[in-house]
Amino acid sequence: MVQFFIDNFPLLRDAFLKTLQLSVLAGLLALVLGTLLAAFRVSPITPLRGLATFYVETFRNTPLTVVFFFIIFGLPQIDFAVGFFTGSVLAVGLYTAAFVCEAVRSGINAVSPGQAEAARALGLTFGQSLREVVLPQAFRTVVPPLGNVWIAMVKNTSIAAGFAVTELTASLQRLSNANGGEILLVLAAVVAGYMLITVPSAYVVSRVERRVAILR
Amino acid sequence: MSAPVLFDLPGPKARARIRIGTVIGSLLVLAVIAFVLVRLNGNDQLDPQRWSVLFDPNSGVPQALGQALLRTLRVAAVGMVVATVLGLLLAVGRLSDHRAVRIVVTTVIEFFRAIPLLVVIFALYFVLPSFGIRLSTYAALTIGLVLYNMAVLAEIFRAGILSVDRGQSEAAYGIGLRKSQVMRLVLLPQAVRRMLPVLVAQLVVLLKDSSLGFIIGYFELLRQARSLVEFFTPRFGNEYTFQLYVAAGLIYIIVNVLLSQLAKYIERRSRRSPKTAATQAVDLPDAPSVTGQTSI
Repeated sequence: MVQFFIDNFPLLRDAFLKTLQLSVLAGLLALVLGTLLAAFRVSPITPLRGLATFYVETFRNTPLTVVFFFIIFGLPQIDFAVGFFTGSVLAVGLYTAAFVCEAVRSGINAVSPGQAEAARALGLTFGQSLREVVLPQAFRTVVPPLGNVWIAMVKNTSIAAGFAVTELTASLQRLSNANGGEILLVLAAVVAGYMLITVPSAYVVSRVERRVAILR
Repeated sequence: MSAPVLFDLPGPKARARIRIGTVIGSLLVLAVIAFVLVRLNGNDQLDPQRWSVLFDPNSGVPQALGQALLRTLRVAAVGMVVATVLGLLLAVGRLSDHRAVRIVVTTVIEFFRAIPLLVVIFALYFVLPSFGIRLSTYAALTIGLVLYNMAVLAEIFRAGILSVDRGQSEAAYGIGLRKSQVMRLVLLPQAVRRMLPVLVAQLVVLLKDSSLGFIIGYFELLRQARSLVEFFTPRFGNEYTFQLYVAAGLIYIIVNVLLSQLAKYIERRSRRSPKTAATQAVDLPDAPSVTGQTSI
């Protein structure tokens, strides 16, 4: 059994790194796009508000598997073929952006109206009051929800296993013809791999949350 | 609404700016739509001939998709019922007075919430056969959905039970009810009503997750669309590929939107209901943890 583990260690290690890589890239995409969408959703320009609302409602009601499916099998039909890994990053990132948007927006809503009113009364413009007053406070309140979205997203990257990306979950399928004890070992390694990302994340998030917390 | 706070009533200059922004924004949105349409049209994907296959009973496509939808709904429905019942039991178990019960139940809940659902399904489908238990794709998918969602629902119910005002259970004990009676007759009815919107929202997540069946080869909508494509391709090439994929995806989205609307409706109703008056406004625990409180 030890020999089995040593033999398959490179596979599991690469799979873990693939999951990590997929999570980080998709997370960055989701964070940037989600914040942008949240700004759209509170902007005075109606078409942008509508666009962001449509985006969020659509992606929140679409299974992630369907997003994957469209990007990997659908896009080539309109001549936009992407690789499996790029497609997976796009699918997870685009999907998670909708949830990031909702988290950031709820953060903006949580900032007391008095703050924005005071900023307006001082004569700050829309952009200034958003940048200098509202968003800094909003980002502090969204640390825990964003942390939760991140952890949920790490778990969601497992769906890439169904689309030819050899990440952690896929290694379980790859090694499924191993015998009883060995496959339990693989299962434990896969679970441990996800924990290796989520446990430190949860710790860091709660540390950051305490650091930046503001009393209201 | 918070939006009006950020910008007070616009003056003439701001109105002009907003108008310009609106025009540019609209043009941008229209440009995106036009680009997609032109792209599709360039590939003849908008040809009505190609879309008609979806509605032509002679092709067998509507029947196949209809049956696939039923299979999707079957997994989701069975999963919902079983997960809700088990979730209720686990929630009560986690609030038990017996330490042993609490520890076991808490471990089960935290374990299933911490690992990805697909890993649970893969474990059922690929690992169990090494121990002589061979599950069908239907069983593996349903049991996986149940195990994961019962853990999530248990936390939802627990938050609901804890949200019921303490005076309620004190009064119930005061008139001489037993522990089980207090839970069954006083706490649970109020907790379930209170958590109904969150519960339905979680059921939407469950329905969405039933699409994971595609990956292990359960013939739900996506897998059915894929197999129809594989069936058509040798004869017609890629003629209907895009249409079938879009149809399968759209059906998923429509069903989910309908269920989400139901959740919103229930939330509006329950907010007005006097029957939840004795519960406090609670949200699910917000602190980040390995389990990632939100299931998305």
